[in-house]
Amino acid sequence: MNKNLTRIPLLLLALSASPWLFAASPDGQTIATQGNGKGATACIACHGQQGQGNADAGYPYLAGLSADYLRNQLTAFSSGSRKNAVMQPIAGSLSKQDIAAVAEYFSGLPNDRLKGSAATPSDVSGKGAVLARNGKWAAGVPACFRCHGADGRGVAPHFPPVVGQPEAYIRNQLVAWQTGARSNDPLGLMQSVVKSLSRDEIDAVARYLAAQSEK
Amino acid sequence: MWNRFLTMSCLGTLCLSPGATLLAADVPHATAVTAPISVAPYQPPADDSMPDDEFGKLVRLGKRIFTDTGKYAGKYVGNDLSCANCHLDAGRLANSAPLWAAWVKYPAWRGKNKMVNTMEQRIQGCFRYSMNGTPPPADSDELKAIMSYSFWLASGAPTNTDLPGRGYPALDKPAEPPDFERGRKVYTRNCALCHGADGQGTKAEGKIVFPPLWGNDSFNWGAGMHRINTAASFIRANMPLGKGGSLSLQDAWDVAYFMNSHERPQDPRFAGDVKATDKAFHQHQCRYGDKVGGKILGMK
Repeated sequence: MNKNLTRIPLLLLALSASPWLFAASPDGQTIATQGNGKGATACIACHGQQGQGNADAGYPYLAGLSADYLRNQLTAFSSGSRKNAVMQPIAGSLSKQDIAAVAEYFSGLPNDRLKGSAATPSDVSGKGAVLARNGKWAAGVPACFRCHGADGRGVAPHFPPVVGQPEAYIRNQLVAWQTGARSNDPLGLMQSVVKSLSRDEIDAVARYLAAQSEK
Repeated sequence: MWNRFLTMSCLGTLCLSPGATLLAADVPHATAVTAPISVAPYQPPADDSMPDDEFGKLVRLGKRIFTDTGKYAGKYVGNDLSCANCHLDAGRLANSAPLWAAWVKYPAWRGKNKMVNTMEQRIQGCFRYSMNGTPPPADSDELKAIMSYSFWLASGAPTNTDLPGRGYPALDKPAEPPDFERGRKVYTRNCALCHGADGQGTKAEGKIVFPPLWGNDSFNWGAGMHRINTAASFIRANMPLGKGGSLSLQDAWDVAYFMNSHERPQDPRFAGDVKATDKAFHQHQCRYGDKVGGKILGMK
């Protein structure tokens, strides 16, 4: 008892300094910018102040993605159907309410890559372009843009935007579908699609998609 | 009408009644005549070998029309579909009614209209029924472009031959007669993700990404895809996209039955009486004129 009492001033100090301690579930912006105080670090440290991602480091943009999609991904990290050494512990430290709040927050942020007229394709005849735009149907691979939207800017909530994401991120995801490190796709669609893609093709399509929304 | 299913002894083959379409394997009209293919199908030329001249321009336009029909041939289109929704890979894919296999089989007699059809007339039929629109005139840029694209896709293919991969692969009869409620479950599990809970399709940024399967914006009651057997064949071979062949035979029939037990735009041959239209044009495996949920299909 005595021991607990002596901690009260410290606790009060912490409360006054940390808005996330007041509510059972902090708001999305607070989680994004400061973490949730329960083990989840600030999202913006890697995903950028405005959720714009970090192309050099391969961290994807989150701004403007469907809230349902973001929520599904955090839940998948938490359950292990999407494996990632950095994201799994973070997602595991977020409550269901935290996940919903932070998903809403990033979903509401503006993202130039997903607005305005589509950028002129940087290349329309390379291997990556052909996969993204035409697919490899004879091997069961529809074009990326067949499901992710005509300009690859996504079809909410199940098909996220794929253009303008970092090349390394796209490549890692395609490899993760192949290895089973990521298995949270509805109907197993991506796991099925990547089966017959070679490493060369994965590299080419990642390069192409990453370059598409540069303006 | 549906009772044909119960009286037929050899589904998926050519044993259809005299009133049914026999020579329609090219299309979403098809009662497929080809067995699942075991030999390598004909390979159409790659896109980057389209010629760089006036003819090549029409070929390119043909491909654009095929993949975005509403945008490039809008005045002839009355729904939200594109040719490539049923002819996958822009009309190139074997077992998905490829254009190259159709090209080498026309002119041909068709049971559907009981006359010899040219390729132009065949394509016009697609616009009238599958696209619920107006047939483009034979000398229109749009029809010339689709003809040029089809011809180019069939470069080097032997003519007047049933090429392997034509139409949709014939399906065996399912163990159980197709069932609406089972079909609904298959639909919810495998199809609603893209085509919507009510078959309405999905748009992104105002553009159709996944086509509507029934209702006002889909194909009409005269399109080949309204036949349960044709739809089941297409679905089994090609759906869900990227996972063709993953549905069981029974699931494919059940979900085709479910999809085609919903209302859609009227058959353009309708002359005021559903019963008469049913009798004249629907003596095959379909639900036109049947009562579903207390309403007769084909009354819209």
